[in-house]
Amino acid sequence: MATNKKRFMQGNEACAEGAFYAGCTFFAGYPITPSTEVMEISSSRLPKTGGVFIQMEDEIASICAITGASLGGRKSMTATSGPGFSLMQEGLGFACMAEVPIVIINVMRSGPSTGFPTGPSQSDVMQAKWGTHGDHPAIVLIPASVEEIFYETIRAFNLAEIYRTPVIVLYDEIIGHMREAVTIPQPGEVEVVNRVKPTCAPSEYKPYDTTLGDIAPLAAYGEGYRFHVTGLYHGADGFPTNNTKLIEEAGQRLVRKVEDNKERIWKNEEYFLDDAEIGIFAYGVSARSAKFAVRELRKKGIKAGLLRPLTIWPFPDSAVDALAERVKTIIVPEMNLGQIVHEVERVARGRCEVKGIFRVDTEPIKPAQIIEKILGNGPMPSAPVSPTDSNMSEMLIERDMLDG
Amino acid sequence: MSTPAEEAKPLAKKKKKVPFDYSPYIRGGKLPHIWCPGCGHGIVLKSLLRAVHASGTSQNDVAMVSGIGCSSRTPGYVDFNTLHTLHGRAITYATGLKMANPKLKVLVITGDGDALAIGGNHFIHACRRNLDLTILVYNNFTYGMTSGQTSPTTTQGKISTTGRHGNIDPPFDTCTLAKAAGATYVARGTAYHFQELEKIIFDAFMHKGTSVVDIIDACPTYYGKYNKYASATDMMEQLEKDGTVSVKQAEKLTPEELEGKLLRGVLHRSERPEYSEEYGKLVTSLQSKK
Repeated sequence: MATNKKRFMQGNEACAEGAFYAGCTFFAGYPITPSTEVMEISSSRLPKTGGVFIQMEDEIASICAITGASLGGRKSMTATSGPGFSLMQEGLGFACMAEVPIVIINVMRSGPSTGFPTGPSQSDVMQAKWGTHGDHPAIVLIPASVEEIFYETIRAFNLAEIYRTPVIVLYDEIIGHMREAVTIPQPGEVEVVNRVKPTCAPSEYKPYDTTLGDIAPLAAYGEGYRFHVTGLYHGADGFPTNNTKLIEEAGQRLVRKVEDNKERIWKNEEYFLDDAEIGIFAYGVSARSAKFAVRELRKKGIKAGLLRPLTIWPFPDSAVDALAERVKTIIVPEMNLGQIVHEVERVARGRCEVKGIFRVDTEPIKPAQIIEKILGNGPMPSAPVSPTDSNMSEMLIERDMLDG
Repeated sequence: MSTPAEEAKPLAKKKKKVPFDYSPYIRGGKLPHIWCPGCGHGIVLKSLLRAVHASGTSQNDVAMVSGIGCSSRTPGYVDFNTLHTLHGRAITYATGLKMANPKLKVLVITGDGDALAIGGNHFIHACRRNLDLTILVYNNFTYGMTSGQTSPTTTQGKISTTGRHGNIDPPFDTCTLAKAAGATYVARGTAYHFQELEKIIFDAFMHKGTSVVDIIDACPTYYGKYNKYASATDMMEQLEKDGTVSVKQAEKLTPEELEGKLLRGVLHRSERPEYSEEYGKLVTSLQSKK
């Protein structure tokens, strides 16, 4: 057997490689910092492998084109950042409603509006869940390293195919542009899931038939199954309905198909949590600083631990619930002005103290900031604690990236 | 209707005309449609189905993609691969679908508001690429589904629910816009001239590249009511029969006589590489280099 290739690559490159590994053969997009490399790599690779790349006129067109392509039978994706992600919200809702598997990469940058395009951020975590109107399912993955971007992009495609729904991968500009070693698995080594296709006669096919479960098989246009897809509420046959009973059932099922399977979709990393008295709930790049902080705090004899979600939506209620049950304090560092901290508070229900560390100056939350919050319990520094401290933290983060 | 003279002829010599059977193309149980009495959309649909039938294309290979609006409800009634999408975005879904499976013949059903206002950007970029899409713009000069607002094709001076004092916005000419943006087949038809329309849609459907057909159609319920057309038929005659002239007729008319009239027929036709074929060539050349 061939040995696995270890490659030094950028986060955005790992994302594109993960997508190709997962069987993505269609990319439509519009250039936007800091996600453009995913698009550029797709434009180079896809035509060589018989896939399709198309540069669209805007992000609205991009998400709609990948939805059309997915209905044509191809695993499809787009990649964007804040302003583009905002433009995609209506198309995202359509794909949720029509139950079309697509993958959207959002490399988070500072906002609102144009913000600071090259500056990292974690401020789209709520938009990823609530950005499009109406109740809808949301599966959102949030990797924290370059290698994880590779694997989580594969998982995003698998979940999209399994649950017939859009899946969003969120990572910040730091990881998107950072370079780390990634071991590329052999084909077949990592599971790749394809959507279930109908086996019935075309005349019998109903694209939203739920007699066998909440998720119906999905045919592709052109395969002889001439079905109808609409963003209007529809019955099992896909045609619009104004029957209130059918609308209620469809609305409930849409959310339920993800909600009922959240234990299969959740993925968390626990770090020194067994005897922890202080829990840190952190995701993406902030979790890397948190991990370092935990190690430093343990050296000082403080029982700190980290809970790191790789699936941010559906929100990991049960893991946070268990954490709130056994720690005195949960610290939530995030590169926004407090978004996920409210979810943690909701689940903690007052059983422990919940404190946020927020930062929107486009600098990452440093380990020292987390350590100080826990040790000093004082006001959070708005800037690096001191140049020396900051530089040391950066060096240590660098080391932390490599060893774990 | 047959004349008394024809009736007198012996039966054996009488040429029996078999009526066109629409039923294989209409989805069972999905009619009646939502269109108002006097609306021309049903007439356009008949011309469209006859054109697709004449092309000999299997229903399995036809995809119909629409946006939002009255005309965009068409896909729900017909037995093709049908996709009813977002307001203004039909062309973008159609682009993805066509590129994903170039074997499909893709029809885009859209309206003047859908294609030229909210979807204007997608419209010009589709024309620029020259991807093989047949874009049918049902142009009734108004937003019918939301009850009669000013659209990008509303004639200046006309009344709408958002132009109560008369529209001051200059309108787009769908065909001029399509040609300028690069569409390789541009034509205009009307619901009134339904036989001519069938031929135009057939041509557009068979054309390789982006084809745009501006279909003049009447909305008696709103545009007609606000602008005091006496009846649906009166409106159809004024807008479609008297409001248009064929390209051929136009040759004989003076600029003064042509004032305020829209040209009907094929307005532009050119040859340019079709986008999905160009992409296919790129794939082939890259793969042969391996």
